[in-house]
Amino acid sequence: MKLGRRRLLAAGIAIAGVAFGAVVFAQPKEKVIRVTARKWVFLPREIRLKKGVPVVLEFVTADVVMGFNAPDFNVRADIIPGQVARVRLVPDKTGTFVFLCDIFCGDGHEGMSGQIHVVA
Amino acid sequence: MSESIDRREFLKLAGLGGAVFASGLAGGAKFAGAAQDDFYFVQLSDTHWGFNGPVVNPDAGGTLPKAVAAVNSLEYEPDFIVFTGDLTHTTDDPKERRRRLAEFRDIVKGLKNKNVRFMPGEHDAALDNGQAWKEFFGASYYSFDHKGVHFIAIDNVSDPAARIGGEQLAWLKSDLATQAADARIVVFTHRPLFDLYPQWDWATRDGAQAIDLLMPHKNVTVFYGHIHQEHHQMTGHIAHHSAKSLIFPLPAPGSQPKREPIRWDPAQPYRGLGFRGVDAQVQKAEYEITEYPVKKA
Repeated sequence: MKLGRRRLLAAGIAIAGVAFGAVVFAQPKEKVIRVTARKWVFLPREIRLKKGVPVVLEFVTADVVMGFNAPDFNVRADIIPGQVARVRLVPDKTGTFVFLCDIFCGDGHEGMSGQIHVVA
Repeated sequence: MSESIDRREFLKLAGLGGAVFASGLAGGAKFAGAAQDDFYFVQLSDTHWGFNGPVVNPDAGGTLPKAVAAVNSLEYEPDFIVFTGDLTHTTDDPKERRRRLAEFRDIVKGLKNKNVRFMPGEHDAALDNGQAWKEFFGASYYSFDHKGVHFIAIDNVSDPAARIGGEQLAWLKSDLATQAADARIVVFTHRPLFDLYPQWDWATRDGAQAIDLLMPHKNVTVFYGHIHQEHHQMTGHIAHHSAKSLIFPLPAPGSQPKREPIRWDPAQPYRGLGFRGVDAQVQKAEYEITEYPVKKA
């Protein structure tokens, strides 16, 4: 019975892996945080993570092409209207780190940023 | 006393409040260029015409005309003048963008020296891939030669993702192929080509590819804008010098949590704003930079 449940779980994770395309997922299932980018703000602006715990950040926008860039973790993505952009992030350090829109998107672009807080 | 020495003495003695920064380039004695004359040019940057923010610059409409007057009043006329981008402040309205570009163009027509080169910044060009900017100022990347120095203007702003792009990089490669390894090369660009501080978008996404193309050349100096302050950094043997703005200064890279303009200080108006003169001593391979305030203290 226990063996069967493990096989079932493994199958579910494999399906999840296929559904996320190029993103490779490790077990167990990773937390997903959805972020909406709009002129000219990320919602939420503050993202709280734990060191060493992987998360998947999902980005959507209904406005124009925008970007997500967290230089301290070397992750970025284009955020295209009508699509969901995903990046996997495993925080390897604690502290507060900036993320920003790195595609010039309009009048308020330069203020379009947020913070990632990573705790131990 | 030669004219160049007179000019250098002038720059040092002018008392305009800017620190003199001299940057010697290695290999100067081996330079074998055909036409070798000292010369002098002026760099202005980040004028952001159309900006409205009295807290950081209550004289936003007057600073550029004052800078034009200050350039015109230099004792020694420069060989040419270059604006390294963000001529205008961004707007989502294409008509307003063109209005600002037209006003900027009309103001700088007041420069006595008519040999003026222009480059776009992301505020001018990123929202329409440089379309409006090109209507007023022509090609956004180009090269030219002046008195034995090869100048290259690189556009790293018309792509809103801050990429130079494959087409322009291929052009840069072919342009550099015409230059000897010891040629004097000066690059103008808007954003830093290196990762100065990506957390504040102070970078060019494919700037490393441009630097890789420049690296085989021994004598390369880059002048750029974007960060609204002086900054001097080397990548290998290539020197990069950013210029002050003519609208508001920004804090030093990473010196505070957010990249916010430094507030106007009524006790020190125009502090942190200015332009620069570059005295190119070609035979000695030195570039002597002088930073000027908009108004004399």
